[in-house]
Amino acid sequence: MLAYIIRRILYVIPISLGVTIIAFALVHIAPGDPLNAVVGADAPAEVVEKLKRDYGFDQPLPFQYARWLGRALTGDLGNSVVNNQPVAASLAIAVPNTLMLAITATLIGFVLGACLGGLAGYFQGTWIDKIATGFGVTGVSVPHYWLGIVLVIIFAVEFNVLPAMGMGPGGSAGWEWNWTHLRHLVLPAITLSVIPCGIITRTVRATVAEILSQEFVQALHAKGLLHGRVMLHIIKNAAPTVLAVMGLQLGYLLGGSILVETVFNWPGTGYLLNDAIFRRDIPTLQGTILVLAMFFVVLNLAVDILQTAVDPRMRRS
Amino acid sequence: MTDTTINDASVDTAQVVVSSRGYWATVARRVRRDPVTLFFGAVVLLIILSAVFAPLLAPADPYKASMILRLKPLGTEGHLLGTDETGRDMLSRLLYGGRLSLFMGIMPVLYALVIGGALGIIAGFVGGATNMAIMRTMDVFYAFPSVLLAIAISGALGAGIGNAVLSLTLVFIPPLARVAESVTTQVRKLDYVEAARASGAGSLTIIRVHVLANVLGSIFIYATSLISVSIILASGLSFLGLGVKPPEPEWGLMLNTLRQAIYVNPTIAALPGVAIFITSLSFNLLSDGLRSAMDVRI
Repeated sequence: MLAYIIRRILYVIPISLGVTIIAFALVHIAPGDPLNAVVGADAPAEVVEKLKRDYGFDQPLPFQYARWLGRALTGDLGNSVVNNQPVAASLAIAVPNTLMLAITATLIGFVLGACLGGLAGYFQGTWIDKIATGFGVTGVSVPHYWLGIVLVIIFAVEFNVLPAMGMGPGGSAGWEWNWTHLRHLVLPAITLSVIPCGIITRTVRATVAEILSQEFVQALHAKGLLHGRVMLHIIKNAAPTVLAVMGLQLGYLLGGSILVETVFNWPGTGYLLNDAIFRRDIPTLQGTILVLAMFFVVLNLAVDILQTAVDPRMRRS
Repeated sequence: MTDTTINDASVDTAQVVVSSRGYWATVARRVRRDPVTLFFGAVVLLIILSAVFAPLLAPADPYKASMILRLKPLGTEGHLLGTDETGRDMLSRLLYGGRLSLFMGIMPVLYALVIGGALGIIAGFVGGATNMAIMRTMDVFYAFPSVLLAIAISGALGAGIGNAVLSLTLVFIPPLARVAESVTTQVRKLDYVEAARASGAGSLTIIRVHVLANVLGSIFIYATSLISVSIILASGLSFLGLGVKPPEPEWGLMLNTLRQAIYVNPTIAALPGVAIFITSLSFNLLSDGLRSAMDVRI
């Protein structure tokens, strides 16, 4: 197992390099001179000259890449074109906000999805199964940005019981653990949880159904085990797959929260990205994408290692 | 599957071509007996037809604005589904909007099906260093959550239908290449493919006769399930201001511009999303039904 884990960790290096190449390329696929993507059009000539030297736009691309990578590794993701603030500083504020939203949504999706999927798989073909399966397919088919708007219409506009926007009262960006702030988390988290909930429901249902069709389950019943104890065996067998899916979903939500954050004005990375797109602030776009993708790479690694640790079959091979 | 083909009296089992038609006949029979798949297949057809024939079906000009008819509710005379924030007929805009939304949802999957399928078949068939090079490159794209990758590329390229289609194509190539690669690798090792090679069949013949027959079913089913994701993502890009630009009618963009109206006329504001939802749900259920009818495991 150790050999596998070491191999898996080493594999992160080429993948991360690939990710940085794509992130680096973003500045160069943007239309126009790459310098325009880094400074505002109204920047004074000496600033432009200095930046040209700093970024080395006169040098060949591989040199530029190495230089950019070296800076990125030390935490320097460049400055925003709009307000000249370091991108890393904006990210330090935005990433925790997105993490909180994404983790809450994944937990909601996991609990609901595991229950629904488990019931559907266990009572295959019954009305319980039909309802849960229908719920699952609805979850993966609903455009979540629309669902967010519908929830705002119902709970904020019609009934006025939950806030429609922001992370705290009066549009404040800071988070505190109290009821007024938690109320702001409810709608965005539910909206974001719908997709993982649908996917986890479908995965759990398929996994449970597959395990139930295996012979060892019959053997467990035959030796007189109670239903509850058989269930325990099924859960143990389903856990690795479900954990893997859940981990991946958290990663998808980190990137996918942009639409929901836009709907709810949630001050996270998605909001940052949206603003960067709107103002054509390529350094911010690039930095945010790079950080989120690296989160996803590390999360994938953690999921793989955890899966190996949980599943004895994988430990042996 | 094989037993049904053998039992089918009209099938000559000695011929490969005929027995494969037997497979499709089985699939068709299964679909015919599945009311859910039939129903949603019909809905998909209806949505596509209404988009194609939008100019004939639309009761009004989708671009014609009116100052006095802004945000009229459902059932207004002459405007069955009301009017939007600049007084344009919602029904006409939804019908026309389907054209761009479906186009932007389906085209990336089609492109990715061809490119990803070809890359996957090459990687799986040639193997070795070629496989490594192609599949490891795909892994890099996999390191991005799909929404993020689409937004990154279209965000850098800027708004526009072409850019949105391009970015979504890049998102869907890796998963399709993976499916094609894994099926090809499995098929390549099968005994009958070895036999075909031994009896003198060239690489191209083996790919055309044996590999494609096996790969197409799998990636086609996988691609239909991607259409639903693609439609949601494409409209999502337009919702963010990437993709389609105003005043073109497109569901995601309409949802965005109508957000200001949620306090005035919430029903109208939610309508474009209903269109996206129904379309994506129908494609999803159709692909689920086809998958179980074709008995493909991915």
